[in-house]
Amino acid sequence: MYQIGKIIGQRVALGALTLWIVSIVIFAGVQFLPGDIATEILGRSATPEAVAAIRKSLGLDVPAHIRYFQWLGSILQGNFGTALANGRDIAELIRPRFINTLLLALSAAVISVPLALLGGIVAALYRNTIVDRSINIVTLASISFPEFFVGYVLILFLSVQAGILPSMSDVDSSTALVDRLIAMALPSLTLAVVVLAHMMRMTRTSIINVLGNQYIETARLKGLPERRVLVGHALPNALAPIANVIVMNLAYLITGVVVVEVVFVYPGLGQLIVDSVQKRDIPVVQACSLIFAATYVVLNLIADILSIVTNPRLLHPK
Amino acid sequence: MSERGKMSTEQCAGIATAGELLTIENLRIEAPASNSVRGGVPSILVDDVSLSVRRGRVMGLIGESGAGKSTIGLASMGYGRGGIKITGGSVVVNGRDIRKLSKAGLRKLRGKEICYVAQSAAAAFNPAKRLMDQVVEAALMHGVSSRADAEARAVILFKKLGLPDPEKIGRRFPHQVSGGQLQRVMTAMALCSEPDLIVFDEPTTALDVTTQIDVLAAIRDAMRETSVAAIYITHDLAVVAQVADEIMVLRGGKMVEQGTTRQIIHHPRQDYTKALVAVHDIQHPEKPAAASPILAIDRLTAGYGNGTIKVLEDVALVLEKAHTLAIVGESGSGKSTLARVITGLLPPMSGSLKFDGKALPARLAERSKNELRQLQMIYQMADVAMNPRQTVATIIGRPIEFYFGIKGDERDRRVAKLLDQIELGKEFANRYPSELSGGQKQRICIARALAAKPRIIICDEVTSALDPLVSNGILKLLLQLQKEEEIAYLFITHDLATVSSIADSVVVMHRGRVVRSGAKSQVLNPPFDPYTELLLSSVPQLNEGWLDGAIASRRMQPAGN
Repeated sequence: MYQIGKIIGQRVALGALTLWIVSIVIFAGVQFLPGDIATEILGRSATPEAVAAIRKSLGLDVPAHIRYFQWLGSILQGNFGTALANGRDIAELIRPRFINTLLLALSAAVISVPLALLGGIVAALYRNTIVDRSINIVTLASISFPEFFVGYVLILFLSVQAGILPSMSDVDSSTALVDRLIAMALPSLTLAVVVLAHMMRMTRTSIINVLGNQYIETARLKGLPERRVLVGHALPNALAPIANVIVMNLAYLITGVVVVEVVFVYPGLGQLIVDSVQKRDIPVVQACSLIFAATYVVLNLIADILSIVTNPRLLHPK
Repeated sequence: MSERGKMSTEQCAGIATAGELLTIENLRIEAPASNSVRGGVPSILVDDVSLSVRRGRVMGLIGESGAGKSTIGLASMGYGRGGIKITGGSVVVNGRDIRKLSKAGLRKLRGKEICYVAQSAAAAFNPAKRLMDQVVEAALMHGVSSRADAEARAVILFKKLGLPDPEKIGRRFPHQVSGGQLQRVMTAMALCSEPDLIVFDEPTTALDVTTQIDVLAAIRDAMRETSVAAIYITHDLAVVAQVADEIMVLRGGKMVEQGTTRQIIHHPRQDYTKALVAVHDIQHPEKPAAASPILAIDRLTAGYGNGTIKVLEDVALVLEKAHTLAIVGESGSGKSTLARVITGLLPPMSGSLKFDGKALPARLAERSKNELRQLQMIYQMADVAMNPRQTVATIIGRPIEFYFGIKGDERDRRVAKLLDQIELGKEFANRYPSELSGGQKQRICIARALAAKPRIIICDEVTSALDPLVSNGILKLLLQLQKEEEIAYLFITHDLATVSSIADSVVVMHRGRVVRSGAKSQVLNPPFDPYTELLLSSVPQLNEGWLDGAIASRRMQPAGN
């Protein structure tokens, strides 16, 4: 157990280090965005004096490295600052939208993860048959289409022609849960289709890789049916790579929703970041980017820890 | 027979008619064309083999790798690895022809009527599941007994097989028990569903000799007590002589000879069987000691992790010019670590290393090209020691270019000469490693070492992965080359038979220390220290009563089981 604690401790430290480096990259990257908020606010009529005055009032005249440490310091205290465009508290601005994004990701995951596992196992069970090939073709096709295309196709069929589901996902904090779920249905489905293929193919590949091991032959020579060989003997040993790819896709569900949120006009973090980039609202862009990065790092950390604790050699030392 | 109360009428009918459990007639097994090395033509793995096993009897299958032993063993369960198929003959188990059984019918047979014990228990157990779950799985699956009964039976079997802590060992995971213990658990797993026949596929080959003897005795006793019939597959005639009632000798998928154990080992009829029986026929007279050491090691201590783990302690040895020094010990005794220290891969913590009278730098990076050239190495696994994408000429030519700067025609001439020396011939120059047999691969590795014109070659278990007759050829070649080129060998092995056929002096290692050393005649003859005696008495001998005698006369318990 001590060993596991140590390994997990190392991973957490490594995650924190990654996040710190990411914060530098984000800050530096945003500095290179063309134009700035002052010219954006003042428009074409900006005089140099007026621009300088606004920059000063916003604190943009201070050297970048000092601003970086000020920014980092206040974030560590939970203070993301205020949005330049409308002076609102950024934490307040982000919270409901982040929850919306998480909800969307969650519902997409609830649809796609069980489906991916099931499909992967079925494909592995009937490998190299018509069943496997069909699953393969369908998933490959779905991974090849861009998200917005999948989104519009779903809108066309389920919303415009069949009229079952709404094409706009306009929700707010007062929307009831059922309505919210109905509103989220199409974007969740779109996201699910996009991430499904990767997870399913990885599940199939991981299981088939494990099938080459000798203990699988042992299981077959015990007279176990192929189904039990796969689920009882191969799957437990394939869990680490599968968990990894699932968590990677969950991270994508949260950070990669920008296009889907825009297509369905869903008020999540993705839309906020697109709006803020247009308005040159640097503190908001930085905060959103950092949240995305943190999500990615934390989820990868979870994947790492999962693969550590599913390893019997580490879990049950000699 | 009272133990097997649950036999179906079908099975009973089988007994009534023949009394034979397994009857194989004119068996022919082929690999599909796509799997064949030659491409296009299906290769025949087993051809026209017939055998029968009666209840409670043990049939030994013996032969080199590629003889078709495992293929026949698995065929009795209707199982073929990698798409290989039974294409002729019949396999009748308990009165039913398995070639006529459906997939579901075969599954009912496997794990219930016939069980399988694999060579490497470490690979054959699922690393993610507890031992007990795996041991009782087949019995539960086939409805032989309830979980509680199956577990109770497993504990009894664990006891019978001499496993420590039989009540609790089932709760462990495979990596938590040793190799010898795992092999016993595997035997318990096979016995747990009370089968009629067990196929043992080289169950002790991967174990140390001192562990092998205990596992072998445990397997034999368990077979006798449960009166289960068995097919016992091995390449070691001395091992099979201890357990089998009858022996079949196979070669290249065909039967060479079949008879009772006594007849095969005492009165073999075929030349091939005679060669197998007389395999250790190399007479190597010990060279007289000359006080001209090429390598001298003194008070050497080495290990890993900044001195926390010591693998070698206070090791001293002397290798004379053009002599062979055998280093003997079980796995974990530090033999290979010693080779790593001598080659400079692992700098020692303390002690001295002298080559031809001069101190040898401890680190690889500090050694000159000439020092590197004079110390070459040959490995156990010849196929992983060669780049599969390089031809034989490139592999052997590399040290010639690297150490002597010789290129072009002169290099090719030297390669051809080396290929002649290792008895292969220059037509091998353009082949790739995958086109060679195991013995030929090891010969190429020898040629590569030889190409550097070394003074010492470290041979790390070079014959362990080879069949007896092939390894015999390699040993003869090494002795021949020693005579021609005056090379000294540091010969690392766990096989004492090999030691007596090649060594001039011997060092016995145990847990990182030298427990005995000296001239071969002195080390291999009494009076013995307890460990050397244990090692020597554990080497299987080709007579039927050896196992009982060896177990009875032991003074020291082996560590590894």
